[in-house]
Amino acid sequence: MKLATAPGSGSTSIISRRKFEAGDDADAAALPKSLAAKAANEVEAPAIQGDLPMRRTSHAFAGVKTALRIALRLITPAAMGLLVFVGIWALIAQVTTLPNPAKTWEAAVTLFSDPFYVKGPNDQGIGWNILASLRRVAIGFGLAALIGIPLGFMIGRFKFLSDMAAPIISLLRPVSPLAWLPIGLLVFSAAGPAAIWVIFVSAIWPMIINTAVGVRQIPQDYMNVAKVLNLSEWKVFTKILFPAALPYMMTGVRLSIGVAWLVIVAAEMLTGGVGIGFWVWDEWNNLNVEHIIIAIFVVGIVGLLLEQALLLLARRFEYR
Amino acid sequence: MEKLVQIENADVAFYTKKGLFQALSGIDLTVTQGEFVTLIGHSGCGKSTLLNLIAGLVMPTRGNVFVNGREVAGPGPDRAVVFQNHLLLPWMSCFDNIYLAVERVFGQSETRARLRERTREALELVHLSHAENKLPHEISGGMKQRVGIARAFAMQPKILLLDEPFGALDALTRAHLQDELMDIVAETHSTVVMVTHDVDEAVLLSDRIVMLTNGPAAVVGDIVSVDLARPRDRLAHAHDYRYHELRTAVLEFLYRKQMAPAA
Repeated sequence: MKLATAPGSGSTSIISRRKFEAGDDADAAALPKSLAAKAANEVEAPAIQGDLPMRRTSHAFAGVKTALRIALRLITPAAMGLLVFVGIWALIAQVTTLPNPAKTWEAAVTLFSDPFYVKGPNDQGIGWNILASLRRVAIGFGLAALIGIPLGFMIGRFKFLSDMAAPIISLLRPVSPLAWLPIGLLVFSAAGPAAIWVIFVSAIWPMIINTAVGVRQIPQDYMNVAKVLNLSEWKVFTKILFPAALPYMMTGVRLSIGVAWLVIVAAEMLTGGVGIGFWVWDEWNNLNVEHIIIAIFVVGIVGLLLEQALLLLARRFEYR
Repeated sequence: MEKLVQIENADVAFYTKKGLFQALSGIDLTVTQGEFVTLIGHSGCGKSTLLNLIAGLVMPTRGNVFVNGREVAGPGPDRAVVFQNHLLLPWMSCFDNIYLAVERVFGQSETRARLRERTREALELVHLSHAENKLPHEISGGMKQRVGIARAFAMQPKILLLDEPFGALDALTRAHLQDELMDIVAETHSTVVMVTHDVDEAVLLSDRIVMLTNGPAAVVGDIVSVDLARPRDRLAHAHDYRYHELRTAVLEFLYRKQMAPAA
């Protein structure tokens, strides 16, 4: 459990730190003025209070300075990384037809100034496209959780079922999610459900496997408690199996949503309709490359937010 | 005195990778109502297996095990077990850990308020009322073991089975918990079977000490009856001739007749 979440939690701490710094930075910018005013006030009446106020203000200044220094130290590498990235991008844009960062930024500003317009079934704002993709992911992922998690519990609990499922899982898991799309189109005879079907198929494996592992690794000690107390199968499930497997399950859920979000872009490119994936394809047909780059950033940011939200949720279920 | 546990000519064997392993052979043992019996022997001799036999976690390959006149067919709440590693569920508070057991035993016949009352009484018994809402990782090893003992007592079992309950604790905590256990047993007139490798613990707590020979195929080597008056006091016994005689008898068995196996 620790191992599984370690890299993730590392990344959160960076994110939250970064947020913290941003806030800190703004504060730091605002603070010196008020402090300076305060210091000026105190200097006006030095005779009564002696040198004490002076010393206090210098302490306060030192505090602000260290806060600023820490913020700078943490923010500098990230800022430098981004700067290098944008620099390379600008260089490549110089020698190729790739739009440069400034042009892309302008396009993004116009794009996000009206994210929720509707000018027909295939021409809607970026906001609607993102929401449409999120909706598909939510349905496909939700169905996968609904079936995958109970299935994982059964496979983890009963060896026979596990042996039964093992060949099927090993055979189907490495299959590229998009290979399932024609099957979906055939069975559902519609693009929308087919895309959801692809999400479902790609999201279900991590949940089955992680839940099963979570159930299987439950220490024999806990099962001995169940045996000695002679607990009913229902109590064993609610009081021992479920809480013990929960952290593993959450890891599965997190991996699943990552995969689902990865796959949706590709699936939508093929199925069309409203959605961030098809939007990318549409903009390619319009040769609007700025929008494609914006879409890449949008997909990345949404994926990051989904992951972070689930990490936060998972942390609530952790025990020691 | 009523015979609570009767083990008749019991063998226990396990299938291992190296073939059949005979752990116990021809064990005869009775425990009467209200008796405190300890099982002692070198590690690996099968004393825990004997305890698990009474608990119903292990089945005899030959012979019979009766508890309260009925053949043991599996584990049951009439035989509460306390293991060396407390076995509290880490996601439940101390209170909930005990409540789970109380609910299992009395949930059919009693109101929730009464079940909660029983749980509180059990915590009171081991002086842990203040820790009822703590999670197991928030309390010390000794406290965890006390919660485990409270859980066992809360079930009001016919017999209490303790598998080296104080083995993982430091000497001072162990002494403290031994005294506490003696008080609780005296108060509740419980029947106890305890596995230990600590000679002083065995002499101080038991009415009888059952000494097992070295495995494989361990048998009951000898039984020492501890005829010290109760209540017992560890300090008073430090200068008691009879106490040392009994202690020496056990040590003689363990170190002269049954040399420790090489390991």
